[in-house]
Parts: sequence; structure tokens; C-alpha cells
Amino acid sequence: MNYNWNWPVLITDPYFGWIVSGLGWTIAVASASWVIAFFLGSLIGIMRTTENRILLGIGTVYVEIFRNVPLLVQMFLWYFVFPELLPESAGNWVKRGIPLPEFWTAVVCLGTYTASRVAEQVRAGITSVSIGQRYAAKAMGLKPFQVYRYVLLPVGYRLIIPPMTSEFLGIFKNSSLALTIGVLELTAQTRQIEEYTFQGFEAFTTATVLYILVTFIVMTIMQIVEKRVAIPGMVSLRAK
Amino acid sequence: MKKILGLAAGVLALVAVNSAGAGEVDNSPVLKRIAERGVINMGHRESSVPFAFIGDDGKPQGYSVDLCFKIIDEIKKVTNKPDLKINFVPVTSQTRIALMANGTIDLECGSTTNNLTRQKQVDYLPVTFITGTKLASKKGSGINEIEDLDGKVIALSLGTTNEKAIKRVAKEKGLNIKYVMVKDHPQGWLALSSGRADAYASDHVLLFGLISKSKNPGDFQVTGRFLSYDPYGIMVPQNDSIYRRLGTVVLADLMRSGEINKIYNKWFNPGPSNINMPVSDTLGVAFEIQALPH
Repeated sequence: MNYNWNWPVLITDPYFGWIVSGLGWTIAVASASWVIAFFLGSLIGIMRTTENRILLGIGTVYVEIFRNVPLLVQMFLWYFVFPELLPESAGNWVKRGIPLPEFWTAVVCLGTYTASRVAEQVRAGITSVSIGQRYAAKAMGLKPFQVYRYVLLPVGYRLIIPPMTSEFLGIFKNSSLALTIGVLELTAQTRQIEEYTFQGFEAFTTATVLYILVTFIVMTIMQIVEKRVAIPGMVSLRAK
Repeated sequence: MKKILGLAAGVLALVAVNSAGAGEVDNSPVLKRIAERGVINMGHRESSVPFAFIGDDGKPQGYSVDLCFKIIDEIKKVTNKPDLKINFVPVTSQTRIALMANGTIDLECGSTTNNLTRQKQVDYLPVTFITGTKLASKKGSGINEIEDLDGKVIALSLGTTNEKAIKRVAKEKGLNIKYVMVKDHPQGWLALSSGRADAYASDHVLLFGLISKSKNPGDFQVTGRFLSYDPYGIMVPQNDSIYRRLGTVVLADLMRSGEINKIYNKWFNPGPSNINMPVSDTLGVAFEIQALPH
């Protein structure tokens, strides 16, 4: 290999700043998307377990659409096609009026996509609570909202913490696709550094290590959460 | 008289190259590995019209590709392998330097600007095309120079020399320009035509190509002065002066004999995509200067 290694280039100005800013945007995109993904996903997931046909239908359609279209395509559709479907003034506002249009487009796209996956986890969690508990709660006179709030969700959410961790990790890794619509997150900044310095191997190695570090921190936090909310004696995936 | 001299020089060159053949191959790591494998790995771009792009037959073609074939012919002679196989390796603007540095490709044929930073990792053959950064905008938008973009939006392709040039000029002039970063040329064009950006900056030859392929070519213009100087060159691996010299000799011969003009006209004047760009004055001078004697 005929390559001139130059690690110090990464801590020189402005490249070090680019890495820091890239990492910042990666965390910002992933965290903001996760807020959407968690709440929207929970809502859709719950809709898919109700007995109301309309809610069921909406939930199913949502999941099938957002889960089955490649994320890269969705990014493109949100960024280039969605503003064209709006009335012209609204479209122009989306394209140029809002601050950071690329960032918010990426957040909405990643959030709605991950929501479809979170919804499936939530549905799985709720349906894995034995049906007898649902009947029992109803027999005790709880309203549908109360059945979910006090019986199904507390158990269901605890069961799905491990797969939810995977989704949370996934959102960090998927956030790199935001570079295709011009968000200068970690991967984009890495490429940028490569193009300016031609020290691509150093830059990508650094990005790899940073991604691993971030996902490791996320994993640790989720494990702590899992331990703290565990109810002794309740069946959980960890107990096996 | 001139012709005879040229012919004589050509014959002499051939003799010189052939007689030095064996020693050259042994002392050149790249030629040696090509000879041992019996294969040359030719890196090429896939959509740099008309420099290197995929033709209807699925094979790379274009101006740079034709020049590379001339060099490969010479490599066949020097290594004494008339049946040397060519392995086409597609590269992108992001992968080309790394693949050359790690030894995957022996030659890169596309639209690569020769600059001094890149020369830390790779070497270049003589300049075979000269372009620079210009702007594409909608006709009647009032955007003719970069100064007109103060307070407006420009689309830039991530990691190109154009991006650097625009940001540098904007900083120098204290212009308040908003950037929309895009992944590649088609997306940059989409940003401009859908109104997300007021202008798109790229090498002027590529902008002409984009306009000629757009739905309404009459609505757009390539405008402004050159904001950067981008001389294209064929890339070769570093630290192998024998191999690099072989390529330099081939190109110098083409430039001296004027054959390079024929190859140029085939792709640019008018060229298969109707690009209609005769050899510019600067490029003509570059050909003359680089036609080194033997």
C-alpha cells in the first residue's frame, strides 16, 4: 500500500472542528428523530392492537408504507418531492423559509420511518401480554384507556426494552443517510475531510470509532434503564 | 521537413522505449505487478460525460478513456504482453484516491483535477483538459456573477473543488450566501430546477452537459467568470517515476503529433452529447507546452 499516513491532520484546524460539529449533528438528528419515532411509533403500535377497525386500518397502512420503502428513497421523497405537492407558497416555505430545512426534513423522515419499526415493537410487546389480563382488566370495569395505561403498557414496554435498544442504535446509524440531503453530520464531515486532505483512511477510522462509542453509550444507558424499571418476578427477556 | 523530423523522432522514441523495456519493468513496481498479473486495473468514472462514462455497450468510453487506451497500448509493448487484459474498476470522486493509494487501480481515467494536496497521495500525468468553476442559474434570475448571490442560496456538490472555490470567494468578498449541500450532479441540478437553490456551481464543462440534458435547456445559463482553475489529469500511483514517465511519453507524443486534437474533437467538437466545445486557447497552449521533445 502506497499511502502516506497522517494522523495529526485530524486534530488540526479546521478538521477537528468539523468532526466535533459532525458528531453534534449526528446526535441532534438521531435524538430529535427518536422523540418523533417513540411517541408516533407508540401511538401507531397501540392503534394496531385496539378493537376499532378504522384505527387498526390506519395503523396497518402507516406501518406497511413506511417500513417497506427504503429509507434512502424516503429521504429523497421528503426533500425533493414533498414540497412540490404542497401549494406553491407552502412549498417555498418548506424549501427556503424554515430555518435549517435539511435538518428538519431529515428529522421528520428518520422519525416517521423509525416510528413504523417502533410501532411493530410496541404491538409485539402489547400482544405478548396474555389476553386474559386484558379481559380481567375489562371485567374489573376499567375503561379502554385505563386498560392500556395500567395493565397492557407497563408490562409491554418493559418486555420490549431490548428490541427498542436496537431501534435506538439503528437511528444513530441511519442518521448518516441525512448526508444525502446535505446535513453535514459525522459521515458527511468525514467525507469532507477526505476531500480536503485526502487522508480518507484516518478520517473514516475516526468516524467508525465515534459511532461505536456513541452506540456503546446508548447501550449502556438502555441497560441501566432496563435494570431500574425491572419488576422482580415479572417475566422479562433478560431473565432467560 | 517537419513531418520527417517528427517521424524520425517517433521511430527513435519507439527504439528507445523498446531497448530499455526489460530493465524498466524490473525497476518499476507498478509495471512489474501488471506484467506478473497479466492484467491492468483501469479505474474509471461512470458518468463524467464525455470524459469517462458507460456507453450503450456497457463499457467505459470517453476522452480520458481513449487516452488511457493509448497508454495501455504502450504498457503492452514495454511489458511484452500483447494480450494484456484490462480490468475495468468503476470509481467515484470519493473512492478514486483511496483505491489508487492502496494499489487497487493502476490508472485512473475520469475528470480529476490535478492539485498539490492530492499529489501528497498520487501522481499525475500531463494536463489533458482545463476547466474551472462557474455558476448555472435560471435565465432572467439576475444572477450573473457570484456577487449577485448575496443573500441567496447556492447548491454545492459535497467534497468537490467547486465547493472549496465558492466558499473561498464568498469569504474573501464577505458575501452572505446560504449553502445547500448535495450529493452529486443530478441532485444539484434538481435543487436548482426545483427552486430550492438560486444557482448550482460546478466545472463549466459539466454544467454545459447538465443543461444539454435538462428538460428545458433554454431556461438555464452558465454564467460568471472562472472562480477556480481546474486542470484535469490522469492519475497514476505515487513513487514510480518509470511508470509515470511512460504515460508522460505517450501523452507528449500525442500532443506533439497533434493526434490528441483528433481524439479531443471526437468527444467535444461536437461530441456524442453535442457539447460543442472546440479546444480552448489555454488548452491549446497547454498541449504545445507539454509536447516535450525526446
